[in-house]
Amino acid sequence: MADAQEKVMIEDYGSYETAWCPGCGNFGILRAVKQALVASNLRPHQVLFVSGIGQAAKAPHYFNCNLFNGLHGRSLPVATGAKLANPGLTVIVESGDGCNYGEGGNHFLAAIRRNVDITVIVHNNQVYGLTKGQASPTSLEGFATKAQPNGVLLEPFNPVAVAVTMRAGFVARGFSGMPDHLAGLVQQAIAHRGFSLVDVLQPCVSFNRVNTFAWYRERCYEVPEEHDPTDQQAALRLAFETGDRTPIGIIYKNDRPPFHARLPVLSRGPLVGRDVDRATLIEVMEQYA
Amino acid sequence: MASDTLNIVIGGEAGQGLVTVGQLLAKSLVRSGYSILVTQDYQSRIRGGHNSFAIRTAIQNVLAPGEAIDLLVALDADSVEIHGDQMPPDGVAVADAAFGVHVQRCLQVPFKQLSPARYSNVAALGIVGSLLGLDEGLVACLTGEAFGRAGAQVAEENRRALSAGYNWAGAQEVPLPKLPHVSAVPERLMMDGSDGIALGAVSAGLKFYSFYPMTPSTPIALNLAAWSDQMGLVVEQAEDEIAAINMAIGASFAGAPSMVGTSGGGFALMVEGVSLAGMTETPIVIAVGQRPAPATGLPTRTEQADLEFVLHAGHGEFPRAILAPGTVEECFHLTRHAFDLAQRFQGPVFILTDQFLADSYRAVEPFDLGDLQAVDPARQEALPPPPYRRHAITESGVSPRLLPGRSEHLVVTDSDEHTEDGHITEDLSTRRQMVEKRLRKLEGLRQEVIPPDYQGDSRADILLVSWGSTKGSALEAASKLRKRGERVATLHFSQVWPLVPEQFTKHLEGARRVACVEGNASGQFARLIRRETGFDISEHVHRYDGLPITPEYILRHLSLQGLKEDEAWQMHKKR
Repeated sequence: MADAQEKVMIEDYGSYETAWCPGCGNFGILRAVKQALVASNLRPHQVLFVSGIGQAAKAPHYFNCNLFNGLHGRSLPVATGAKLANPGLTVIVESGDGCNYGEGGNHFLAAIRRNVDITVIVHNNQVYGLTKGQASPTSLEGFATKAQPNGVLLEPFNPVAVAVTMRAGFVARGFSGMPDHLAGLVQQAIAHRGFSLVDVLQPCVSFNRVNTFAWYRERCYEVPEEHDPTDQQAALRLAFETGDRTPIGIIYKNDRPPFHARLPVLSRGPLVGRDVDRATLIEVMEQYA
Repeated sequence: MASDTLNIVIGGEAGQGLVTVGQLLAKSLVRSGYSILVTQDYQSRIRGGHNSFAIRTAIQNVLAPGEAIDLLVALDADSVEIHGDQMPPDGVAVADAAFGVHVQRCLQVPFKQLSPARYSNVAALGIVGSLLGLDEGLVACLTGEAFGRAGAQVAEENRRALSAGYNWAGAQEVPLPKLPHVSAVPERLMMDGSDGIALGAVSAGLKFYSFYPMTPSTPIALNLAAWSDQMGLVVEQAEDEIAAINMAIGASFAGAPSMVGTSGGGFALMVEGVSLAGMTETPIVIAVGQRPAPATGLPTRTEQADLEFVLHAGHGEFPRAILAPGTVEECFHLTRHAFDLAQRFQGPVFILTDQFLADSYRAVEPFDLGDLQAVDPARQEALPPPPYRRHAITESGVSPRLLPGRSEHLVVTDSDEHTEDGHITEDLSTRRQMVEKRLRKLEGLRQEVIPPDYQGDSRADILLVSWGSTKGSALEAASKLRKRGERVATLHFSQVWPLVPEQFTKHLEGARRVACVEGNASGQFARLIRRETGFDISEHVHRYDGLPITPEYILRHLSLQGLKEDEAWQMHKKR
């Protein structure tokens, strides 16, 4: 965290020209994440963004911060490695639904199981934008594209339900059209010690003519105040509400200890900058005598 | 004993405790002052089948595996059948009397009388210890260490079985000369290639290792996992090889010297990550233990057929170095070198071994660990003037490297083409400059290339060219040829990329005949030499049946006109 006297300002995170279409849901997410970082009082050098490939994965280029923009689908393992090397970093993954739920699906499951202390913000627009309009893992059944002319035949992936089922540390669903609400979710996700998923519903103005801004606005409603996010069964019921009414907010959370806190070697501080203990190494070698 | 070395082979089914006994025997030999070279031949199964553990031993340094068996310890009847034709007339077999095998010079052991069936492998160890003249107290002590954790009763049963073996064999007339006595026992470690790589890596500063289990590279991970708490490393079994390499790249980016280990099929999954390390200029050491392919191939055997794969793995153009250790000592030292190169040149560096070397125990002089340098990316001499640009264009191509979160400077990198400050770009002139910057690092890598080792006559009639784990077999084959009056030399490569032709072309051109010895079917290294030097090696000794190249194999496959054939290889001509 920054010193109390040096308050972090939104300007610290910079302002950049983007490669996004006018009206893209990404703009709302970008604003919300910046607000959340400022509200968390994190300074740019304390934050490492990791992203994959896609229009969403470009988002971290529009922040003034540390960034590893890696391969399509592989941001979670990169983020895991970076967090374990230096648990002092606040590690945030920002990428799309294709990247995290399609190409990186296995990593999504494994990162939840490890409960790595990272925040994963998924721009979920239910379509592949950068490759110009093919179905994504979250596209609705029947969604017709040039690649799926008869409509999608697969059941859509429900990331929130999967995450709740696997007891992910923190699971929230947001909407890019409600950026202030989203900023609050991201701030809580960052504060959570463990794997945090913020699945963000967003329109793709160029390639998704079904799940438009108005479509989401009509359906999204805030999670009722009486919902107990530590109740997994109640959380599952909300997670499965994806039809005409979609709850937005914190769906589920628990206090499983994060992965790095369970590794005895990291109780001695980060891996980075650590010396080789020669005397112990000689003992290790002597086991072969 | 055909020469001053003794080749002992223990054969049996998986699950018979053959490796345990093999390791104990090997360690007993090392502790008694002998040199060893172990060749493990096993099948991809947990029980049954046929496995063998061969120990070639001598007072002087053993360079290579051998084919002729001086002492066969058959833990099952099939072993006599399978290895019988490898035994010279003076070879001795040890088998259970109950097998009813009828071969000459076979000690028929009444194992049933010596120990309960589950300890008969240790009784066999006692018999071999006695035949070789190894001190019973020493072997008993090692056996106790090995089984100590299994409880007092198991340890006692093993001790009794060992003693019964010693006593029984002591009373037999055996036509096998005992090993010459070593009076001053040198301090030696027993390590295989995987142990050497693991120890080298930790001594070099390794802090993060991620992997997905795959033969023959898993033992590197098992070593590191065993030491992780003591040595302060994170060793993580990833969900797949793609995750393994991306995790290691993430950890390295954040400042932990990182490494992955795998074999061909797992490496195939890592390939996009290799290119990522090249593009983001992230140091990473990648150990590839080769085994026969394509696809799953022969999962537990050996081959050297992934040279071209590793050389070309990863889309696009970026520099790399490939080190190919030939001994356990080289596994240690070249792994250290790999960490140094990866840190200094900021990219992927490979250690290319194979199942034979990975599983081959040797007697190794202890490494002097006290003064060895370790890499530490957090040690930054002087901060470059701001603004910090992770991919600053420099003359050497190497940009000053800072770590995220360690200073106010921001560290930005991208798998997309990027600007000097690491941000995505499609500016085509930047693209050209960045390609050139990255490739300039290859020049630096060239300056660091380990020259190939040339041994023998300066103008040889026969020059044997080899790389990686075939080093010892080439040297021993050369020495056998030399004894027959041939003018022979060897040219061995412990680094196979980059190649610097000025270091070795004169040797190729100076020899009357040049033969390239390698464990693949198409002559990948000979082809690489032709590509880089224009020199066409005309003779080839290839092996691709899953077994390591032996000196005898080389001699059998060279066309040696007018040369009187040695019994050792004449006998195996058919094999």
